[in-house]
Amino acid sequence: MPQVSLTVNGKQHSVEVEGRTLLVELLREKLALTGTHVGCDTSQCGACVVHVNGMAVKSCTMLAMQAEGAKVTTIEGLAAADGTLHPMQEMFREHHALQCGFCTPGMVMTAIDLIQSHPQGITEEQIRDGLEGNLCRCTGYHNIVKAIAAAWPLMHGKTAQAAE
Amino acid sequence: MGFEGIGASVRRKEDRRFLRGQGNYTDDINRPGQTYAYIRRADRPHARILRIDTAAAAASAGVLAVFTGADIAADQLGGIPCGWQIHNKDGSPMAEPMHPVIATGKVRHVGDPVAVVVAESRQHAKDAAEKLVIDYEDLPAVATMRDAIAPGAPLVHDDAPGNQCYDWHIGDREATEAAFARAAHVVKLDLLNNRLIPNAMEPRAAIGEFDSNSGDYTLYTTSQNPHVIRLLMGAFVLHIPENKLRVVAPDVGGGFGSKIYHYAEEAIVTWAAGKLMRPVKWTAERSESFMSDAHGRDHDSTAEMALDADGKFLALRVRTLCNMGAYLSTFAPCVPTYLYATLLAGVYATPAIYAEVRAVFTNTVPVDAYRGAGRPEASYLLERLVDVIAADTGIDRIKLRRMNFIPADAFPYQTPVALQYDSGDYVATLEAALKQADFAGFPARRAAAKAAGKLRGIGISTYLEACGIAPSAVVGSLGARAGLYEVANIRVHPTGSVTVFTGTHSHGQGHETTLAQLVCSQLGVPMEQIEVVHGDTAKIPFGMGTYGSRSLAVGGSAMVKAMDKIIAKGRKIAAHLMEASVEDVTFEDGAFKVAGTDKSKTLTDVSLAAYVPHNYPIEELEPGLEETAFYDPKNFTYPGGCHICEVEIDPDTGVTRVVNFTAVDDVGRVINPMIVEGQVQGGVAQGIGQALLENAVYDASGQLLSGSMMDYTMPRADNLPNITVGTESTLCTHNPLGVKGCGEVGAIGSPPAVINAVVDALSEFGVRHLDMPASPQKIWSIIEAARGRMAAE
Ligand code: FES
Ligand code: FES
Repeated sequence: MPQVSLTVNGKQHSVEVEGRTLLVELLREKLALTGTHVGCDTSQCGACVVHVNGMAVKSCTMLAMQAEGAKVTTIEGLAAADGTLHPMQEMFREHHALQCGFCTPGMVMTAIDLIQSHPQGITEEQIRDGLEGNLCRCTGYHNIVKAIAAAWPLMHGKTAQAAE
Repeated sequence: MGFEGIGASVRRKEDRRFLRGQGNYTDDINRPGQTYAYIRRADRPHARILRIDTAAAAASAGVLAVFTGADIAADQLGGIPCGWQIHNKDGSPMAEPMHPVIATGKVRHVGDPVAVVVAESRQHAKDAAEKLVIDYEDLPAVATMRDAIAPGAPLVHDDAPGNQCYDWHIGDREATEAAFARAAHVVKLDLLNNRLIPNAMEPRAAIGEFDSNSGDYTLYTTSQNPHVIRLLMGAFVLHIPENKLRVVAPDVGGGFGSKIYHYAEEAIVTWAAGKLMRPVKWTAERSESFMSDAHGRDHDSTAEMALDADGKFLALRVRTLCNMGAYLSTFAPCVPTYLYATLLAGVYATPAIYAEVRAVFTNTVPVDAYRGAGRPEASYLLERLVDVIAADTGIDRIKLRRMNFIPADAFPYQTPVALQYDSGDYVATLEAALKQADFAGFPARRAAAKAAGKLRGIGISTYLEACGIAPSAVVGSLGARAGLYEVANIRVHPTGSVTVFTGTHSHGQGHETTLAQLVCSQLGVPMEQIEVVHGDTAKIPFGMGTYGSRSLAVGGSAMVKAMDKIIAKGRKIAAHLMEASVEDVTFEDGAFKVAGTDKSKTLTDVSLAAYVPHNYPIEELEPGLEETAFYDPKNFTYPGGCHICEVEIDPDTGVTRVVNFTAVDDVGRVINPMIVEGQVQGGVAQGIGQALLENAVYDASGQLLSGSMMDYTMPRADNLPNITVGTESTLCTHNPLGVKGCGEVGAIGSPPAVINAVVDALSEFGVRHLDMPASPQKIWSIIEAARGRMAAE
């Protein structure tokens, strides 16, 4: 079986996979990182989003082999070693942006990429558009949008409020 | 630490694990020696199974076993049971055909399990399942309810003639007919309630395990009610006594009703684990969820209202055809009867009501309760009908509602369809919503939209629902095969921390926080010292689970009772410790005090004494501080309120945008306002989804066309507005907390508000009604046709 070598949450791994093994299967089944979820089989729901080399990627839509040499961050890798939450995690909690929690890992990973890629500020409309690839059945998105907007100043080190 | 008791928006305890990817959902669990099941499902709606050749699959790499219906029959397993029996108008019981665990003889819907492969890995199982050779003889299918009741229609089940499950009625037929005979106006409306696919984000999953030493079975499953699954599966399907079967529902990623029911896959993995002596895991792929999770709604109704000359409602007459799908799911029969027709009074003082409900089998996935369950169908029918009455008679829609409301001083109010409402104030929620939504400012907003080439409409719904289905004796007499009480066990530990064991189940509702707040308020224990445990039959005495917004009204009430017992016992212990008489000992703010003195003992002093009973009234009192209470409610609770939706339609594309949505609900006492708001917002999102986007579509042959998330429109962030939520509460009069429930109000109140707004926006085109979902294509066609007519005139 082919081997794939990659870094996940700062740790180097070398794993045997089948050619058809998906990145999400590698994470969940080989590395026991079950925080990344699978919610669909058509690349619609975004429950599986992780960061590959800093970019949000649907890990159900990428072969494990394609991650050769990549730096992958999953939801488990976000909080600091002392347990301090990432500002996005903290804002999700503060604004009640999760209910059942199933979509949450993917939402948080997408949201971080979204805020990072909008250094000039972000509008509610841009946030809603940016969540196009992530489904949540519980919250109606209202509080997710609020949480993401609230994370912008924290992540960009600004005290000014993000655009409403 | 600020105030954390009842009424505080405490941030959720469960979030820390979910936000760090540390949730423990069923598919996250892996048992030593685990194997994987893959289910080969029917790819056609109705066919005789002529032959299943399993040889190639069985010989495939990594395969441990292949099972078919014949193996299930050989082991004499029972069918999947139904939990509610309805009786026909003539008193005879409903048709209740066998629901085999794996199809035997025939397949009856696309998605019906035909064979199961168990292998060393998911991939091995899936590869092998492709090698199964199944010969079918296709049979003509009935895809729709109208097809099913047509004379000479093919039969889904030979023992259900005419494809009828039941023909049921409620209300006073004579009084209703008499009122129609003397009515000044009669307004009639035909309407469909579209079929929905619940799509909780976590697909269903199950792991069966068997311990050959003890003979104990364990099932991990994505369930809203593990004890009910243990009861149904153990007693009726697998014949495993309850002391030998443990059911664990760990973190569950949303349910909305779809995870109440006992599903075949749960029985398959548990049974297979016993046969193979190894754990067996099954996880649905989303496309399997579409064709195996129970669907929701699917009603075809005619509603007629008789009115006097002033617009007062005299009588309501309803005829509904409802879809059961191919088999009876666990609670399917009660949804269109006792959860629907009994709600047809709504918030109105209609003196006479008569409803007839006919349930039919079709070659489609079973239909059962989905968020709101029957009540959304009732409120949609009523609130659409009221708007159509307003349009037909020229009476203002708000005036019409106000003049027919049950007045706030009329409670308790007995409806003509069995229910007795305990409390409510419909004018209060209406007025609060009108103000919050700036209803008065709407004409200006409409004019501005018009100037920009858009059609703007506003819609109102004043709805009512019933939660916390109860009491057990009543539901039993109506056909329920279960009780509907709830249990709580409260354990005060020696050092004063508390564990709550509740029979309710949280799959997004935040019970670990809300229920802890009850303890914080009643026993004065800080939140961080309270733990809520749910979802494991090995830990919880017995519980009926979570659905129908019952957890707080029923489960919370059981907790209050258990804590009352804790306090009563604590007073005796404290009296002993303080050498006072019990009558003089009070309990407040977490301390036992002797009235008129400064003597005081904390709950911890008392719990320590209870577990280390050196100085203890051991003659009269057992050691320990732990109490259990079962609570059987006296009545339903009746949340209600007013939802106002404002839409803007682009006439060139037919696209509807919800621009404002306001919900003002009476949910009774609010324990955690932040969580209540979130529940309402989520429910409203599902309601807007039903009204504008979602639709389960079968083609004429019975193929499911909307079988993936690419074909079934799930609401996305950019389809939805911000949702303004307010509460305007009256208290429930018959439970100790005064709570009513908030889990479903959003999905119940919103669909008619949205469609009323769409119809309002399209009023210039002479639209009286349109069925959900109000898709762009539907709206665009209406506008185009109307423009064509206008041009021709
Ligand atoms: S699992 Fe749904 S998009 Fe990846
Ligand atoms: S929180 Fe349940 S799906 Fe988003």
